[in-house]
Amino acid sequence: MNPALLVSGLIAVAATILVIVQRNAVHALLYLIVSLFALAVSMLILGASFAAALEIVVYAGAILVLFVFVVMMVGAASSTFKPSAWILPALLGAALLAELVYVSLGRPAGQAGGAASVAPKAVGMALFGPYLLGSEIAAFLLLSGLVGAFRLARRDEPPSAEAGKEQSR
Amino acid sequence: MTIQATDFGLAVAAIIFAAGLVGLLVRRNMLFMLLCTEIMLNAAGFAFIVAGASWASAQGQVMFIFLLAVAAAEVAVGLALVVFLFGKGKSLELDSIVSGEER
Repeated sequence: MNPALLVSGLIAVAATILVIVQRNAVHALLYLIVSLFALAVSMLILGASFAAALEIVVYAGAILVLFVFVVMMVGAASSTFKPSAWILPALLGAALLAELVYVSLGRPAGQAGGAASVAPKAVGMALFGPYLLGSEIAAFLLLSGLVGAFRLARRDEPPSAEAGKEQSR
Repeated sequence: MTIQATDFGLAVAAIIFAAGLVGLLVRRNMLFMLLCTEIMLNAAGFAFIVAGASWASAQGQVMFIFLLAVAAAEVAVGLALVVFLFGKGKSLELDSIVSGEER
């Protein structure tokens, strides 16, 4: 087994355990980002390069940013945010970066690790071939999530009988 | 030291899933509970990737993409719910939300 996989897996486990013991939501988000990056490196070493890219783009890039927005919105972040909170996530991230450089420099091009890699083309052919119905259902799921989030997050209620009752109370 | 990559990857996924489950059960903050749900979904996706890589098959990554869609829809609705609850009760602690509704 690739020793780089061992390192990134251990970093992922450590960062995830550090997520759930944090008191501050922003610190937890920092550690979760490190954990997602470690899992992405593990996927890269395992040969799933497309999934590794999606893990970073969608999870760390979109979902975690959504979390940060909500933390800022509800004011869960304490005002006494010390820069020293960045030290441990930065160390874990630096270890990941060093490992990524080591893995990408030490291997011939097109092969991320010892495992047989699955090209993105194969994933796309499977996704829009035998799993086409699943992709359509996932699209509808995302649409329904959008509609549900819009309904829940709407601040100003339209004038209705219920709103009038609220005012008269 | 002859640990197989598949075994190690599945063990990592199981530990991360267990950490997310413990966090979900222990933490009483809505934001942290949502975060732990994401961790558990992510661990399941990683298990799919490991299994797919074990057979050099693309189907593990296909399942991961479906899980990604589920996670995105779930986090959109969940975070909207968090904002909604915070607007109502000015608190994200689950216990105070529940006791506030009983009154």
